[in-house]
Amino acid sequence: MVRAEGVHKRFGRLEVLRGISLEVARGEVMCVIGPSGSGKSTFLRCINHLEKINSGLLSVDGDLVGYRQRGAKLYELRDSEVATRRAEIGMVFQRFNLFPHKTALENVIEAPCQVRSVPRKEAVAQAEVLLERVGLADKLATYPAQLSGGQQQRVAIARALAMNPKLMLFDEPTSALDPELVGDVLDVMRGLAKDGMTMVVVTHEIGFAREVADKLVFMDEGVIVEAGDPREVIANPRHERTRAFLSKVL
Amino acid sequence: MSSGPVTALDTASPPPEDIQAVPVRHPGRWVAAAIVLLVAVSIANSIVTNHRFGWGHVGHYLFDPRITGGVVVTIEMTLAAQALGIVLGVLLAVMRLSPNPLISGASWLYIWFFRGTPVYVQLIFWYVGIAALYPTIDLGIPFGPSFIHINAVTAITPFLTVVLALGLNEGAYMSEIVRAGIISVDEGQNEAAQSLGMTRLRTMRRIVLPQAMRVIIPPTGNETISMLKTTSLAVVVASNDLFSEATNIYNATYQIIPLLIVASLWYLAMTSILYVGQYYVERYFARGSSRELPPTPWQKIRRGVFSFGHDPISLDSLGSPHGAPW
Repeated sequence: MVRAEGVHKRFGRLEVLRGISLEVARGEVMCVIGPSGSGKSTFLRCINHLEKINSGLLSVDGDLVGYRQRGAKLYELRDSEVATRRAEIGMVFQRFNLFPHKTALENVIEAPCQVRSVPRKEAVAQAEVLLERVGLADKLATYPAQLSGGQQQRVAIARALAMNPKLMLFDEPTSALDPELVGDVLDVMRGLAKDGMTMVVVTHEIGFAREVADKLVFMDEGVIVEAGDPREVIANPRHERTRAFLSKVL
Repeated sequence: MSSGPVTALDTASPPPEDIQAVPVRHPGRWVAAAIVLLVAVSIANSIVTNHRFGWGHVGHYLFDPRITGGVVVTIEMTLAAQALGIVLGVLLAVMRLSPNPLISGASWLYIWFFRGTPVYVQLIFWYVGIAALYPTIDLGIPFGPSFIHINAVTAITPFLTVVLALGLNEGAYMSEIVRAGIISVDEGQNEAAQSLGMTRLRTMRRIVLPQAMRVIIPPTGNETISMLKTTSLAVVVASNDLFSEATNIYNATYQIIPLLIVASLWYLAMTSILYVGQYYVERYFARGSSRELPPTPWQKIRRGVFSFGHDPISLDSLGSPHGAPW
């Protein structure tokens, strides 16, 4: 589903990603851990083209991210084409980024109605099912400011799911939450994984990674230090840096 | 998820009694009120009893058809010029934020020019300049055929001149207000909308601008009130707005002060209505941004009256984050 080969990303002179190569298969859950500044969020944002990569190859479901290849030449995609690709990739942010001027229900139906031209009635019916699934059936008409962080994040997940994405990206979805609210969000994500959703999760929740992930990647300073079966990596880290990091967060 | 009240755990304790305390008294408020009242009454007295104000003439001209006709023209001018300014302002602001340097440069140049010259000069320039420089105007393909032929000398009426001059000038100011509103919206909103597959244009229209409105509305209300008064400059192009009509009358009758008072009363009445309108528009765009809607002016007045002399109980501290216009 996601394929990266030697992905490099620079911000000015700062090299944030220095050759990332990995593969996520359909239905797989990959967790990315690592210290802050290691480039894991940047890599996630590259996958749906919120950041442009400088070199290497990055594709989602066989399509290059941000480009069209014809022969040996790459053509940049137009804004509308990039948007069409992004519509198939759900993203959940650390700071939720719900639309504050819209209710929970309006947040969820916005993209289906606007981007996919789904009739409002149909979109509302689907949104009600989704919000029920994340445990917020009674919050349809509530504005984000009146919801707790955990509730907001679950609305954000429902909003992303409303586009029936083939891939879900999570950028530290629980890092901005009170400890007691983390569990509800992780439960929703666990359910998604069980239903076979392909997911890339940048997280600090080592326990969640161990339990849910099919593959664990440890990144540091823009490179993948270690990758493999999560139980294996967490129990017997082969690399010194992985060991040092895990000893601090566990 | 829902956390119960803090006291709910201990069910054995008796229900808590409301605190009965003597509220703090504010004798200073009564003294200040007495002084303010005294000053107000003496000023009012001097105004009413001074016959040179010509109150009889004020009453006579207040609803004179020429004056009320002028009021209507002033309202039309204000609305047309401000609408032109807002449309131009949004356009210029979006242009200014464009990644294309030519487009943002053009916007910058426009703003530079119209903010850098006095609106009074612009007004006269439009009045005498356009007809003198371009007696006929042809609209069509540059250097190609033209489709519309306009005789500028007859087409540019005083009314149109005022609307064009004030509207074009206003566009420059509005664009800065709109731009401030747009950049006040969190970048995360852009990212969230784009990650849902919305194009840049749709993100702007559906997500960014509605949120920017909260920042845009108060200064826009200010600008509209300012515009209403600036239309009085129409007097230099011999228009038929409120102030032009008032000057026409006093030039013939020499009742200068009564007519200035008549005009002022009408301007005050109109700006007061705009105040109320602005307040309710602000209230509309505040939805979702605070947990409780700001109170209506009437609610505020009632609270103010009932809480005089002692501390307002928490109601005011809950009140509007934007501040009511009075």
